[in-house]
Amino acid sequence: MEKILEIKNLKIEYKSNERTVEAVNNLNLLLNKGESLGIVGETGAGKTTTALGIMGLIPDPPGKIVNGEIIFEGHDILKLSKNKLRAVRGKKISMIFQDPMTSLNPVITVGDQIAESIRIHEKLSRADAVLKAKEMLELVGIPEERYAEYPHQFSGGMKQRVIIAIALSCNPELILADEPTTALDVTIQAQVLDLILKLKREKNTSMILITHDLGVVVEICEKVAIMYAGEIVEYGTTEQIYENTSHPYTRGLFDSIPDIDAKEDRLIPIQGLMPDPADLPKGCSFEPRCRYSTEKCKESNPDTQEIGNGHFVKCYNYIKRGEQ
Amino acid sequence: MKPLIERKNKNGFWGDAWCRLKKNKGAMFALAIILIMIFCAVFADRLAPYPYDLQDYNHTFETPNRQHLLGTDNFGRDILSRIIHGSRISLLVGFSSIIVAIILGGLLGAVSGYYGGRVDNLFMRAMDILMAIPGMLLAISLAAVLKPGLLNLVIAIAVADIPGYARVVRASVLSIKDQEFIEAAQCVGASDSRIIFKHIIPNCLAPIIVQATLGMAGAILSASSLSFLGLGIQPPTPEWGSMLSSARQYIMSYSHMTTFPGIAIMITIFGLNILGDGLRDALDPRLKN
Repeated sequence: MEKILEIKNLKIEYKSNERTVEAVNNLNLLLNKGESLGIVGETGAGKTTTALGIMGLIPDPPGKIVNGEIIFEGHDILKLSKNKLRAVRGKKISMIFQDPMTSLNPVITVGDQIAESIRIHEKLSRADAVLKAKEMLELVGIPEERYAEYPHQFSGGMKQRVIIAIALSCNPELILADEPTTALDVTIQAQVLDLILKLKREKNTSMILITHDLGVVVEICEKVAIMYAGEIVEYGTTEQIYENTSHPYTRGLFDSIPDIDAKEDRLIPIQGLMPDPADLPKGCSFEPRCRYSTEKCKESNPDTQEIGNGHFVKCYNYIKRGEQ
Repeated sequence: MKPLIERKNKNGFWGDAWCRLKKNKGAMFALAIILIMIFCAVFADRLAPYPYDLQDYNHTFETPNRQHLLGTDNFGRDILSRIIHGSRISLLVGFSSIIVAIILGGLLGAVSGYYGGRVDNLFMRAMDILMAIPGMLLAISLAAVLKPGLLNLVIAIAVADIPGYARVVRASVLSIKDQEFIEAAQCVGASDSRIIFKHIIPNCLAPIIVQATLGMAGAILSASSLSFLGLGIQPPTPEWGSMLSSARQYIMSYSHMTTFPGIAIMITIFGLNILGDGLRDALDPRLKN
């Protein structure tokens, strides 16, 4: 399989006057062409920061990529010049944003916003770009007659479709979908996910899907990375993660999902809160909330180890197969 | 289906604003005044009953009568004709100085708002220096240093107005540049200039337009004041301020010579101010109802 994206030891910090927030710590990721990877984690785990890092859009200041490499199609994105980076954004890598309500410019018609991305990256005349934009609208299921309407005339789900159309308009190699369905209601969520999946299959695009929702991941992704406090704590194929959950945090995430068959009065949450990213514990960052913690966990931060074919866990006392 | 969709398209942001403005009777009245003024200025040659510099020594200092609706001045020139011609200068100076001020001030404001940091500091401190000098004083000193004339009058007034626009634009750019659609535009690979001009500026047009209509009234007033002081338009070209200035010595005996140019200034400023107020309400979508 051909690698499309490889992230090595990525470390991103946000600096304010006195505090340094370690948003992403030693992150390693590998994505093959045509694959989709789900990044799952709590709010503040560094998922969006990772995505912005891949786009080269970490706001600096206060953000800073301290260390690491992001290799996309053989080139380190962090070393690209501003102009080259701009040619990659939108053309090779594109992003689907979380909130369709605020991600479209309110004073430009939706059609023109799709055409804009096409005109930036492809040498097309204005008329051709408009034609292509109309095609994209139809592709995401919006009649092309609505080309000249403004975002406020669209519903949330339709806006998200427009954003997907913008993201796909230049046939990117990689889509970063940052919680594409969070702002939508459940039925629309399903439609939008189906749409993303359909288009992704048609064009054999790779995708990174950032989400809180483990259910969405299992439907869409081949691989899953579980993020906690800026680190990937477990990484593997969807099957490995779901069938052979190894990290206590991942276990906790699964436990906190209500089971439709069992009659339960209460959910089983993970006790405690994520540590302050400006003041991470010395040892494992999950240790304070972990049922399996030992002295060793408090003392030192475990390294990532491979426990199966392509299944990585960052834990000393990971749960072994059959122990659950 | 078709006509329904087309009708919808007409109401965008500007369509809605226009609908709200139409409901505001005061603003529509003011708009009518401004349009009449523009009409007068454009067709001054046809509308004016006499040439503005025609001197008739048999009819000097005449009070309003049939031949001269607003009377004549000390050279026997028809005051109505001079006021009609004067509207050209006033509107020209008003419009062009505001346009110059908006372009320069807007550019400075947009760049400092968007890039922030050192550029912002540099530009805004320069604006602060300009702001520290009272606008009229600055215009007077500029007009005195440059030679009197239309172009220099425009420059003098525009420079005094730049800081105001720079601040307004900077403030709106600051509030807009952190919104998600700007990040989205960066994500599709749009360049900085494209983001500033296509995405940010159209979103902060509303406050700029309001500031411009209110500012134009100020600019016309400044032009009149400078001409009154002899630093603006030179005689015999009629300009409301210079008409006032030359009529000043006769104010006790022939007050109509000062009254009518004064009323012309007043009506124009009044119209622009009311229109500016109306636009402010119309362009604020939070007041939708």
